[in-house]
Amino acid sequence: MKANTWAGRNKVEVRDVPDPKILNNRDAIVRITSTAICGSDLHLVDGYVPTMQDGDVLGHEFMGEVTEVGSGVDQARLRVGDRVVVPFPIACGACAACAAELYSCCENTNPNAGIAEKMFGHPVAGIFGYSHLTGGFAGGQAQYARVPFADVGPLKIESDLTDEQVLFLSDILPTGYMGAEMCDIQPTDVVAVWGAGPVGQFAMDSARVLGAAKVIAIDKEPYRLQMAEQAGHTPVNFDEVDVRSRLLELTGGRGPDKCIDAVGMEATHGSAHIAAYDRVKQAVRSETDRPHALRQAIMSCRSGGVVSVIGVYGGLLDKFPAGAWMNRSLTLRTGQCHVQRYMKPLLERIERGEIDPTRIITHTLPLNEAEHGFEMFKNKQDNCEKVVLKP
Amino acid sequence: MELTATTTIRKPAPQVYAFWRDLENLPTFMAHLEQVRTTGERTSHWTADAPFGKDVGWDAEILEEVPGEKIAWRSTGNADVPNAGTVRFVPAPDGVSTEVHVVLVYDIPGGTIGKAVAKYFGEEPHQQLDDDLRRLKQVLETGEVVRSDGAPWGKRARKEFPQRPAQPLSDAELAKGADA
Repeated sequence: MKANTWAGRNKVEVRDVPDPKILNNRDAIVRITSTAICGSDLHLVDGYVPTMQDGDVLGHEFMGEVTEVGSGVDQARLRVGDRVVVPFPIACGACAACAAELYSCCENTNPNAGIAEKMFGHPVAGIFGYSHLTGGFAGGQAQYARVPFADVGPLKIESDLTDEQVLFLSDILPTGYMGAEMCDIQPTDVVAVWGAGPVGQFAMDSARVLGAAKVIAIDKEPYRLQMAEQAGHTPVNFDEVDVRSRLLELTGGRGPDKCIDAVGMEATHGSAHIAAYDRVKQAVRSETDRPHALRQAIMSCRSGGVVSVIGVYGGLLDKFPAGAWMNRSLTLRTGQCHVQRYMKPLLERIERGEIDPTRIITHTLPLNEAEHGFEMFKNKQDNCEKVVLKP
Repeated sequence: MELTATTTIRKPAPQVYAFWRDLENLPTFMAHLEQVRTTGERTSHWTADAPFGKDVGWDAEILEEVPGEKIAWRSTGNADVPNAGTVRFVPAPDGVSTEVHVVLVYDIPGGTIGKAVAKYFGEEPHQQLDDDLRRLKQVLETGEVVRSDGAPWGKRARKEFPQRPAQPLSDAELAKGADA
């Protein structure tokens, strides 16, 4: 089959690889009908996540049709022919983390748990196409994928919604939603979202659905801010204005009640010297993450507010404003999304028309053109917001 | 050399105890074991996997067993690597799970076998036992050892690092299996 693979830093390549087979009893094989490029794939391609290997199949946002199930798959839950969206964290459904609905912290699905434990203190779940640190599972930017614990995670789509309407239930819609949910949003809240990429857009939509009074989008790409504005959110361009001053102005000097970091480890910055400082530290690997959005979110948030982090961080960061966090009673909440927890309720919101996930799709390409898709997305060419690939 | 490790398994203590007490189950999760054969009510014959040193086998006996709580054993006779172990099963505070506490003691000799054993355990000997218990947890909680494309052969995972790429296995690789 064809699959998009990691071919070294800054390089992806569509290659012929073997078709996946059942390896564990509860595996299913899925013929992929739609898959997408995620912002976090860029962290892998940019070389900021360790343990990538040449030939790793990328992709953790995919859906398709079940073509084969292992002997241990509960047939009451999943059968050949079912149309499914596959959540990016692989979860066993049986451990204490899964019992607590902390699916991305599943204790059983990462065969390389010993390595993850060294990096993170405790291991994390396996993730499709997302380095060997998270298990070494082949990803879904391919024609087929093997899906372990297929009767736990995958969500069956039984209505006639299009792929484009449900594909993002695999990651970015639940991720954005969890970012907003962690904010415990009140009707009087102003919510500021750093990053108007796909996850940021969905965090904004979710904050509105959860009842926020005002939602602010912070980015520097005019087309991304325009997309947010068209969806009813208030744009702030950090290339044009000082973010903190603008946020104070928009909130009568209070600061946003809730702040969401939908940027993560590769933030860019309006101030050249601070950006350069982090870039250099990251380049010489004395800091793995460039945490500018997180710092600014903490400094901007009103006292007693919540800073919710859904942008991906991989390791260590520098100049964390612990003083602001502690002295101003801020709550910091975060997590890789526990996708399985949100898929069904969000599917219902899509069915009711409360959220339209298709609004962020700017490009649809054949899988063969994955390399071009990565390039456009990474370099923000052609107003690229979200690339869907068709295998 | 003394190794200790612990894990918590979301199954009741009698079930975890029973799985371990059937010593023939140990090779499903303990990387260094090829086979354990029961030879009597309290006696057994253990065979090590190749990396531990080829054709290494020994007899063992259970010294103490408290159903649902504790098993202690040791090698007997002229074992190449005299060893002993204790495992305790303690109900976890959640009322559902069981804490498994393991202590293994190896009397590592000089010579070829001693070198093979030392090489096998490497610089972080306890990592091996930690990984063993992770697989025990996988087997008891999910039914089998979890495989990925990068680490397709279950208990050999750690030895395979850097791993094969995270892409599906070819028919030839699958046919060769873990011996590849």
